[in-house]
Amino acid sequence: MTDRPDVDLAAEDPADVPTGTDAVAPPADGEDAAARRLSTAPVEAPADAPVSLGLLGWLRWGWRTLTSMRTALILLFLLALASVPGSIFPQRGTAPVDVTQWIQENPALGRFLDRLGMFDVFASPWFAAIYLLLFVSLAGCVLPRAAQHWRIVRSRPPAAPLNLSRLPEHRRLESDAEPQRVLDDAAQWLRAHRWRVDTEAATDPDGGWVAAEKGYARETGNLVFHVALLGILLAVALGSLAGFRGVVLVREGSSFADTRAQYDSFTPGRAFDDADLPPFAFTLDSFDAQFQRGGQQDGAAREFSADLTVTPEPGAEPEKVRVEVNEPLVVGGVKAFLVGHGYAPTVTVRDADGEIVFRDSVVFLPQDGAFTSTGVVKVPDTVPQLALQGFFLPTAAVDDVRGPHSTFPEDDDPAVFLAAWTGDLGLDSGRPQSVYRLDTEGMTRIGIDALRPGESWELPDGSATVTFDGYVEWASFSVARDPGKELALLASVVAMIGLAASLLISRRRVWVRVNPGPGGVTVVEVAGLTRSEHASVADEVEALTEALPVTTSTSTTTTPPRA
Amino acid sequence: MSVDTTLAQASNGLVYASMVAYTVSMIGFAASFASTKGRDLTPAATAQGVAADAESGGVAVVTRTDLGGPDDGALPPGRRAANIATSVMWLATILLGAGILMRGLSVHRMPLGNMYEFSLASGFAVALTYLVISLRRDVRWLGIFVVIPVLLTLGLAVTVLYTEAAQLVPALKSYWLVIHVSAAVICAGAFSISAAASSLYLVADTGERRAAAGQPYWLAGLARRLPESTRLDGMAYRIIAFMFPLWTFAIIAGAIWAENAWGRYWGWDPKETWAFITWVAYAAYLHARATAGWKGRRAAYVALVAFATFLFNYFGVNILLPGLHSYGGV
Ligand code: HEM
Repeated sequence: MTDRPDVDLAAEDPADVPTGTDAVAPPADGEDAAARRLSTAPVEAPADAPVSLGLLGWLRWGWRTLTSMRTALILLFLLALASVPGSIFPQRGTAPVDVTQWIQENPALGRFLDRLGMFDVFASPWFAAIYLLLFVSLAGCVLPRAAQHWRIVRSRPPAAPLNLSRLPEHRRLESDAEPQRVLDDAAQWLRAHRWRVDTEAATDPDGGWVAAEKGYARETGNLVFHVALLGILLAVALGSLAGFRGVVLVREGSSFADTRAQYDSFTPGRAFDDADLPPFAFTLDSFDAQFQRGGQQDGAAREFSADLTVTPEPGAEPEKVRVEVNEPLVVGGVKAFLVGHGYAPTVTVRDADGEIVFRDSVVFLPQDGAFTSTGVVKVPDTVPQLALQGFFLPTAAVDDVRGPHSTFPEDDDPAVFLAAWTGDLGLDSGRPQSVYRLDTEGMTRIGIDALRPGESWELPDGSATVTFDGYVEWASFSVARDPGKELALLASVVAMIGLAASLLISRRRVWVRVNPGPGGVTVVEVAGLTRSEHASVADEVEALTEALPVTTSTSTTTTPPRA
Repeated sequence: MSVDTTLAQASNGLVYASMVAYTVSMIGFAASFASTKGRDLTPAATAQGVAADAESGGVAVVTRTDLGGPDDGALPPGRRAANIATSVMWLATILLGAGILMRGLSVHRMPLGNMYEFSLASGFAVALTYLVISLRRDVRWLGIFVVIPVLLTLGLAVTVLYTEAAQLVPALKSYWLVIHVSAAVICAGAFSISAAASSLYLVADTGERRAAAGQPYWLAGLARRLPESTRLDGMAYRIIAFMFPLWTFAIIAGAIWAENAWGRYWGWDPKETWAFITWVAYAAYLHARATAGWKGRRAAYVALVAFATFLFNYFGVNILLPGLHSYGGV
C-alpha cells in the first residue's frame, strides 16, 4: 500500500548544482536522497535545441524553453524594462494633451517614437506580448507543478536515510526505553505538533524509524501566489473590456445626467454598452475649496468639498451628498470622484438695443496653481458673431513679465481680462471645435478690457455691451466603473498571502532512527533538514529530542558552524 | 486645524539633535572599524565554513547562514567603540523618533505627507531596522554603513527637502495613504540595509577571491573587516525575502488609495510604474535565488539594481517625472 512516489521523480534543485568556483564537495547520497522532493522547483530544461527532432520536437523544445525559469526571469526583466518609457514619455491614456504637445515640439523624433508606441506603452502590442508570454510561461510552469504538489501533499514522507549523521542537524543519544516506545513517543509528539508522520516498526532489520515532514504550505503558498497573478491579469482584462471612464465638468447650480453625451470625455471598454450607464443624475449645489494662506506652502490646496443633490434613478427621492477627494459619490454601481475644480465667470452680452443675446456662466480652465484661468465666451447669435477670449483671475495682478495673472487660488480680488473678437466663429464649418479654444481665423480683434464683478464694457464698435456679472465655481468628476476591481483586490490579497507563506514558511523534515546498542541501551538518532535559507530545524530537532524518553543521555550534537 | 508652530520648532530641534548624535555614533563606528584587525581572507580561513558543510553532507543550500554571532571572530578590538556607537545610535534614533512624533502632533496628522517627512521616516526606519537586528545579532561591522546613509538622508531632508509643517493637500488625506506610506517606509529601511549587505558582499567576495589567487585588492582592508561573504549574501537575501510580502502589501494599499482618490486602482502613473518596476526587480531577484541558482555575485547585482529602482522611485520620480503623486512642497 505504499503510495510513496519514486524519489527520483523530482529532479535536483538547480540551486544545488555546484557552480565552477564554489568549492563544494559532491553531494553525499544520504542527504541528497533525503532532500529530494523538498521543493517542486521546476527542472531547468536543457538549453540546447534538438538537433533533428522534426516539428513536434521543436514545438516541445519551444514549450519547455518558454516555461523554464530562465525564460521567466528574462521576461520579468523585460517587463520592468518595458515599463520605463511609460514613465518617461507622456502617455495618451493619462495625458493626451501633453503627448500632442510633445510631438509638436519634436516632430521627427515624436512621430518615430509614436510609431514605436512610446506614448501608449501600456497598451502597445510589444508590452502585451511580454506579459502574455510571461503568463503563458507562468501557467505552463505552475499548473504542472500544482499537480505534482498535490501528489506530494498526499504522499508519505520519504523514508529515513540510513546514515542520519550526514544530515546538517543531527543528535545522537542513548535511552533505556524500548526502541518501539521511543518511536511511538516520537511519532506521537510529531503528530501532536502537526507533522505528517510515517513509521517503520523497530523490528525492521535495518532498525525502525519515524519520518516526518512539515511546511507544505510553502509550496502551496507559492502556487497560490502564481495562480493569483493569473487572476490579477484576468481582472485587469475584465476591467478594460467591460468598464468605462468618463470626466464631466459641472458648474454650481447645474446638473448632470448620466448619459454619454453629457460627458466631456468618455472612454468605454471594447465590450461596454451605453445602456449599462446607470440612470442617475445630480446637481452641484455648491463647491468649496480652501487653500493654505501664508508660509512656504502658500496657496497649496487644503480642503475640497462638493455638495450634491443626487437622484439615484428616475423618480427616486433626491438626496443630499457631500463629495470630497477621498470620498467619492457611490451611486448605481459606479463611483464619481471629485478630480478638479475651477471658476466659471458669468457674462451677459446685450446688443446695441439693450436686448440680452447671451447670458451664461462659462467654464474657464485653470493654468497654474493660483488659478489663472483661460477660456472663451462664444456668442453666436450676434451679426457678425462675437467672441470674448481671455483670463479669469481669482486674485488679479498684472505685471510686465507675466501680464495678467492670479496670485492666489481663492477669489480675493476677482477680475476678468477679455479680448473681444468679431467675425465668423466657424461653428458651421463642420469641424469639431473645442469650447475652450477660439479659432481666430476669420475673426478680428476689436479691443480688450479688464472688468471687476458688476462692471460693463461697451465694445469699441458699439455693437454690444459686455457685463461681468460674477462667477460660479465648477467641479469636475471622474465617473468610472471597473467590473474587474473586486477580482483584482481579491486576487492581489490572495497573492500576498500566498507569497508570505511561500517566503516565510519552510519545508522541513525530521527523522528518528532507533537501533539496539551495546549493553541493552537503545541508540536514538534524530536528524532534520530544511531547504530554506532563512530557517533551521535545529529548534525542532532539539524539542523533539527533549520529548523522547531518555534516561541516560550521552548526546552528541552536530550543528554545522555558522557559516 | 491650524499648525502648532511651537511643536513644529521642537520637532526641527530634535531632528538636528539626532543628527549630532548620529555624527557621534558615526565617529564611534569609524573608530571601531579602523582599530579592527579583521580576518584572514585566504581560502584556508574562508573555506572553514564550507568544509564543515561538506563534512555534514556537502550541500551548501542547507547552510545555516547567520547574521552574526558571538563566535564572529571578525572584530576583537574596536568593540568598545562600536558598543558606545550603538548606544549613541539608540539615543539618536529616539531623538529622531521624537522629532517625527512632534512633527505629527504639530500638524495633527501622520507626518508622512511630503518628501521631507518621508525622508525623516525612512532614516528612522533604516536606523531602527539596524538596531533591532543588532539586538539579536552581532552586526557591529555594519554600523558605519548604516549611520552614514542615515546621516546623508537626514542632511538632504533638512536642507534640500525641508518643508514647513503644514496641512496636507486633499488627495493625501486618507488612512490608506498612511498605511501605504508606513509600509513603504519600513520597506525603505529594510531594503537599504539589504542593499548595504549586498554591496559589502561584493567587496568581501572579491577580497576572498583575490586573496585566494594571491592578487592584490584595493579594498582588501575593508574586505578583511567584514564577515564572510556567504554570510553577507545570506543576510541580504533574508531581509528581502521577509520584506517582499510587505512591499507587495504597500503596493496593494497604494492601489486601494488610488481607487479611492482617483477612481482607478492602477493608472501607470510614473510613481506606480516605478513601484511596479521595483516589485518586478525584487521578484526577479527571488526567482534568481530560488530556482535559477544565481547565488552570489549575479544575484547581488540584481538586488542592487532592484534597490536602485526603489531609490529612483523616491528621488527621481518625485523630482524629475510629473505625475499625480505630487507631494506638497518638494
Ligand atoms: C513564467 C512565469 C513564472 C514561473 C515559471 C515562475 C516560477 C516560480 C517558481 C518555480 C518559484 C518557486 C521557487 C521555489 O520553489 O523555491 C517561484 C517563486 C516566486 N515567484 Fe515565480 N514564476 C513565474 C512568474 C512570476 C512572476 C510574474 C512573479 C512576480 C513578479 C513571480 C514572483 C515569484 C516570487 C516572489 C517567488 C518567491 C521566491 C521564493 O520562494 O524565494 N513569479 N516562481
